[in-house]
Amino acid sequence: MGKTIVEKIFDAHLVDSPEEGVHVLNLDRVFCHEITTPIAINDLVSRGMDRVFDQEKIKAVIDHVSPAKDSKTAEQGKIMREWAKRQDIKDFFDIGQNGVCHAIFPEKGFVRPGFTVIMGDSHTCTHGAFGAFAAGVGTTDLEVGILKGVCSFLTAETIKINVSGSLKNGVYAKDVILSIIAKLGVNGATNKVIEFTGPVINSFNMSERMTLCNMAIEAGGTCGICYPDQTTVDYLWEFIKDDYSSKESALKDYMKWQSDEDAVYAQEIDFEVSTLEPVSTFGYKPDQVKTIRELEGTPVDQVYIGSCTNGRIEDLREAAKVLEGKKIADSVRVVLSPATPAIYKMALKEGLIEIFMDAGVCLTNPTCGACLGMSNGVLAAGEVCASTTNRNFNGRMGKGGMVHLMSPASAAATAISGFICNSSLYKG
Amino acid sequence: MSQKKAFNGKVLFLDRCDINTDEIIPAKYLTEITKEALKPNLLEDLIMDGFDPSKDLHGVRVIITRSNFGCGSSREHAPWALEVNDINLVIAENFARIFRQNMYNCGMIAAELSSEEIDSLFKDFSGEEAELTTDLENNTFTISSKSGKSRTLAFSISGFDRTLVAAGGWVAYADSKY
Repeated sequence: MGKTIVEKIFDAHLVDSPEEGVHVLNLDRVFCHEITTPIAINDLVSRGMDRVFDQEKIKAVIDHVSPAKDSKTAEQGKIMREWAKRQDIKDFFDIGQNGVCHAIFPEKGFVRPGFTVIMGDSHTCTHGAFGAFAAGVGTTDLEVGILKGVCSFLTAETIKINVSGSLKNGVYAKDVILSIIAKLGVNGATNKVIEFTGPVINSFNMSERMTLCNMAIEAGGTCGICYPDQTTVDYLWEFIKDDYSSKESALKDYMKWQSDEDAVYAQEIDFEVSTLEPVSTFGYKPDQVKTIRELEGTPVDQVYIGSCTNGRIEDLREAAKVLEGKKIADSVRVVLSPATPAIYKMALKEGLIEIFMDAGVCLTNPTCGACLGMSNGVLAAGEVCASTTNRNFNGRMGKGGMVHLMSPASAAATAISGFICNSSLYKG
Repeated sequence: MSQKKAFNGKVLFLDRCDINTDEIIPAKYLTEITKEALKPNLLEDLIMDGFDPSKDLHGVRVIITRSNFGCGSSREHAPWALEVNDINLVIAENFARIFRQNMYNCGMIAAELSSEEIDSLFKDFSGEEAELTTDLENNTFTISSKSGKSRTLAFSISGFDRTLVAAGGWVAYADSKY
């Protein structure tokens, strides 16, 4: 019987199986941010166990509320900063160098095919784009990860989604994943891994694959995952070139992280994208999805472009194509947060920042902030936001607010007209 | 996390699927660095007809709900907000993975019953004041109402989850073992 990519990663990292169906795995990466880590740090200190299992494998960032907005968030940052120094964590990204965790860690080449990754953040599933098993965990799992470098997982069956067809103009990875979540439901992949395969995935760049895997959790998935291929090797090459004699040899090595042809799946789904239209969520659950056409005319108060889902340079380029030479509607405010400093610099060099500023967009530093209603663009009660983020839960971006999730191009078009609309309105 | 926890008492029925962790504890409270600080804000953003957290949570020790409880964010603040309100047991058709793991990691119980059993509990007990007691030796819940109705249901809890509950959580267990 063949194995799935995740079963192979589990086999390669198994430390213990205290009971059938429970797998304690060695971790290659433990990522930390300032919202879920400080309580783990404080607990370790109070237990007299203020240690880390490996300071090279732990990577940390202050990203959720940056700069600090009040004394409490300043304290969270302080705890992280002092801990990183005390424990000699080399890869710690503080303000000025910091970016949204699931954008900056891949950008630094920290995730490799076949890795196991945890973080106290549900969107850790993003890193499956590299052919890694990456899962969000709570603070206790994080604490044990920091201390011992292990984490326990239940057997994860896999749903394989074969994505085929060709995307129409104006339809993006975000539209694909929202449509997949609508099909699976918010509980459709609970305790399961979602494997994205097929010609559309093969044609996607790493940014698009991250957008897909990022939202696996919105269907309840433990992890989203794509097989490593030439695209993965090209992206990682600057970080791995000392480990391999050539790109070919790297690819050959990474090819071991593929599912076997006779692997057993919980479910196999063929997903045809040729007829897909740009979509958006409505309501308070990410599986409530309609076409932009159906929602057209819905007025919005704010547009937010950024986040671990859609704050990468490719996303900014798509938004800029729509906004170039245009002005945002008087009734709308637009907040844009490039996900990392490197993305910000690239956007500056490519002239995108000028396009955004000329259009009337407020540019902010990289931070998670607005996505979870913590800072940087919180909604007032009754306000509506078109957002490129990942969650439209009640109160997510501010108590009493409504969030419509969509692609950067759709969000940019919505910014110009002031109501939800299709980006084709403003593109040639 | 290491004290013995109680899994008995007044039941709150939450008749909704997909209650997410933003509803259990909104993100604006994630700036707290103690669990106790979360106490007044449990279920503050829950959308459910007629639900008023300031009244309906009074004295509650057990929650019975539908499917996919705890979906969304990985925040362990969700089980902690329950824990500091002395709610250590949630019974549902099923749970989101991270929330379920967080519960057992804290030595709390996330127990699954079939949709038929959950349905029948809602039908027979949700309209009146009900108390539940947990027998961890025999794996049973007994629920009884003021009007005299009573029912005993078997539940299953895996050996490893039981070990975590007994050890007082995953940190203590992992530290001794790995």
